[in-house]
Amino acid sequence: MATALAAPVERENYLNKEYGVASWLLTTDHKRIALLYLISITFFFFIGGFFALLIRLELLTPAGDLVQADTYNKLFTMHGQVMVFFFLIPSIPAVLGNFLIPIMIGAKDLAFPRINLLSWYLYIIAGIMMLHCMLTGGVDTGWTFYTPFSTAFSNTKVIEAGLAIFVSGFSSILTGLNFVVTVHRMRAPGMTWSRLPLFVWSHYATSIIQILGTPVIAITLVLVVAERALHLGIFDPKLGGDPLLFQHLFWFYSHPAVYIMILPSMGVISEIIPCFSRKRIFGYHFVALSSLAIAVFGFLVWAHHMFVAGISVYAALIFSLLSYSVAVPSAVKVFNWTATMYKGSIHYDAPMLYAYGFLGLFTMGGLTGLFLAALGIDVHVTDTYFVIAHFHYIMVGGAVMGYLGGLHFWWPKISGKLYPEGWARLAALIVFIGFNLTFFPQFILGYLGMPRRYFQYPGEFQVLNVLSTAGATVLGVGYLLPMIYFLWSMRYGKPAPDNPWKAAGLEWQTQSPPTTFNFEQEPVVTWEAYNYDEIDTGHKEEAHVVG
Amino acid sequence: MLDSQAAVPTSSHEDIHSPALLHHFATEEQQRNASSFGMWIFLATEVMFFGGLFCSYLIYRLWYFGDFGAASKSIDATLGATNTAVLICSSLTVVLAIWGAQIANRKLMIGSLILTMLFGLAFLGIKGKEYKDKFEEHHVPGASFSFEKVPIPGHPDQYANPRHAQIFFALYFIMTGLHALHMVVGLGIFTWLLTMAWKGRFTPEYHTPLEVGGLYWHFVDIVWIYLFPLLYLIDRHP
Repeated sequence: MATALAAPVERENYLNKEYGVASWLLTTDHKRIALLYLISITFFFFIGGFFALLIRLELLTPAGDLVQADTYNKLFTMHGQVMVFFFLIPSIPAVLGNFLIPIMIGAKDLAFPRINLLSWYLYIIAGIMMLHCMLTGGVDTGWTFYTPFSTAFSNTKVIEAGLAIFVSGFSSILTGLNFVVTVHRMRAPGMTWSRLPLFVWSHYATSIIQILGTPVIAITLVLVVAERALHLGIFDPKLGGDPLLFQHLFWFYSHPAVYIMILPSMGVISEIIPCFSRKRIFGYHFVALSSLAIAVFGFLVWAHHMFVAGISVYAALIFSLLSYSVAVPSAVKVFNWTATMYKGSIHYDAPMLYAYGFLGLFTMGGLTGLFLAALGIDVHVTDTYFVIAHFHYIMVGGAVMGYLGGLHFWWPKISGKLYPEGWARLAALIVFIGFNLTFFPQFILGYLGMPRRYFQYPGEFQVLNVLSTAGATVLGVGYLLPMIYFLWSMRYGKPAPDNPWKAAGLEWQTQSPPTTFNFEQEPVVTWEAYNYDEIDTGHKEEAHVVG
Repeated sequence: MLDSQAAVPTSSHEDIHSPALLHHFATEEQQRNASSFGMWIFLATEVMFFGGLFCSYLIYRLWYFGDFGAASKSIDATLGATNTAVLICSSLTVVLAIWGAQIANRKLMIGSLILTMLFGLAFLGIKGKEYKDKFEEHHVPGASFSFEKVPIPGHPDQYANPRHAQIFFALYFIMTGLHALHMVVGLGIFTWLLTMAWKGRFTPEYHTPLEVGGLYWHFVDIVWIYLFPLLYLIDRHP
């Protein structure tokens, strides 16, 4: 009614349709649940970041002066557990995936809206359990819960932490289940598998890992809790049990879990790069299938975490070889993104800057992963800062860069407001610089032999550690900035047009922010994904008559 | 891929659709497909959940072959066999309940649902008896566990190692305990299904909850079909 008028009457959308706490806490709208997740994971991100800050402050000097060894053990443990289980795993799927997948495929909601809300509540229950555990003493086993230390020796709150992560696992499983059914059963007419946005493909692959991997960590944690409470002997060599069995079960999930963190990020990058290069993605099917390949190969490489744990040398050889194989689909993606940019009309907006950051950092992380997949080098750098640097390049350099890039890309759609572009570009730059300053020195530290998980170190490592701590400060500023200007934009930002980037994809054809049921009418898809050539030349209609 | 076509466009039957059709589905068929597909995926997660336990069992069975045999022999196989029969019967009554809904036979549907739940309760009762026996024999892992001087089947001169037998019993209690927990959840689901059936919610056209709940029940039965030989029958030969 008001659309024809110039007067700024706000259209009805999912944000202003209902007000009040109950309309949020009892919502089954996937977009509102996405925002609930956004708030909760941001909270845990800053808790995890706070632990990281304390770790870096302790490592500013070689002596153990800020915290005692016991406290330090708890700090890195809880940093890992909070960041992995309460931030990285839900990050992109539960926020951006939840918000976007139904809209991208032209559906009104996920297949199971109430289960979607249930999974948020499970996450919150798990989060409260974890907070309770942290506030009443914490846990010091490392995020990996290695037995028999966790089951027989540690005198911290292992059971509480284990149960918290057990519950959070069900939240993750239900999200994955919902996505798979939604992608299979809820697509709009004409939205064929080969027209799906690559963001959806990568979430589909992620969901497969969540569905098949997470139950295994769940049962493993049940066994750890039972073993610790009752001394059954399942993982305790003194009682006839096998600690290596624990490691196998743990890494069977926890290695693929890395792909739960990075695949959605790759999906975000696959959306951003074609948009800001104004080109169709290069090799659509290869990018789509490489996501599935990563999910499948990802299940076959777990024992590369155990090369020095005493597994058979032949098993180690096989797992080393298989670990290399994951590099192939990953490289397919990187090359295809690069090829997409070739001769493209590149725009350096903030999301694209994050995508560039992702490309560089993920490539670094991936290539150092090959070092670690090589048996000889792995023995040299196992449990050193080289490993720490490697997986932070993947999980922070890759996954978090993608998450921030995605938030910037879709923020106008989510909030209906524009953020200040200049600040956003500055933040992207600060994050990139801060990240490299934090973690590049750690590659060198690790190669020189500084072990992980120690609160003291020899004096000769100090310069590199000071650089790393300085970088962490810069990185912290880089992370605070988006939070500030996103919040600012919600009140003071200019209203966003429906399609500020002239992007392809169904989510840009509905209003910003979308209505509760996403579309006025059920969309019918007659075009291929990433038809930027058609959008920019205005030949869209002719194109699908011919095609 | 399971389906080559995307969702069906809004059908012409929209004006007469069932009240059970939720707003975000276009057709009842789409909703039914989504529900049962969702349950199949959930069952896949359950396979992986129990899979971790089966994997652990396999490893320790190979390591402590004789000890597992001795420990397994101490469990009452008659109770286990009875429970197997009870569960198979309950799977039959689940199918009959669905059939009752399909042919609009209310008596058959409700009677079968009640029978299913009675079978489920009988299973849990027999399980409880078995646990009680184990408790009295000090076969529950923990401080008062005792498995002294039990000969290894086939080697009357050798005794089973109590620690290794304790691992068997740990797995026995965790596997059957988690299975029993699934039975309890199943009974909860069936109480809800019975209420819905009582209120006349299920028709030959719409009985998706029965089918989905039935899938779950069958799955829990199938887990038992694997647990029974692994835990009760591995060393029963003369």
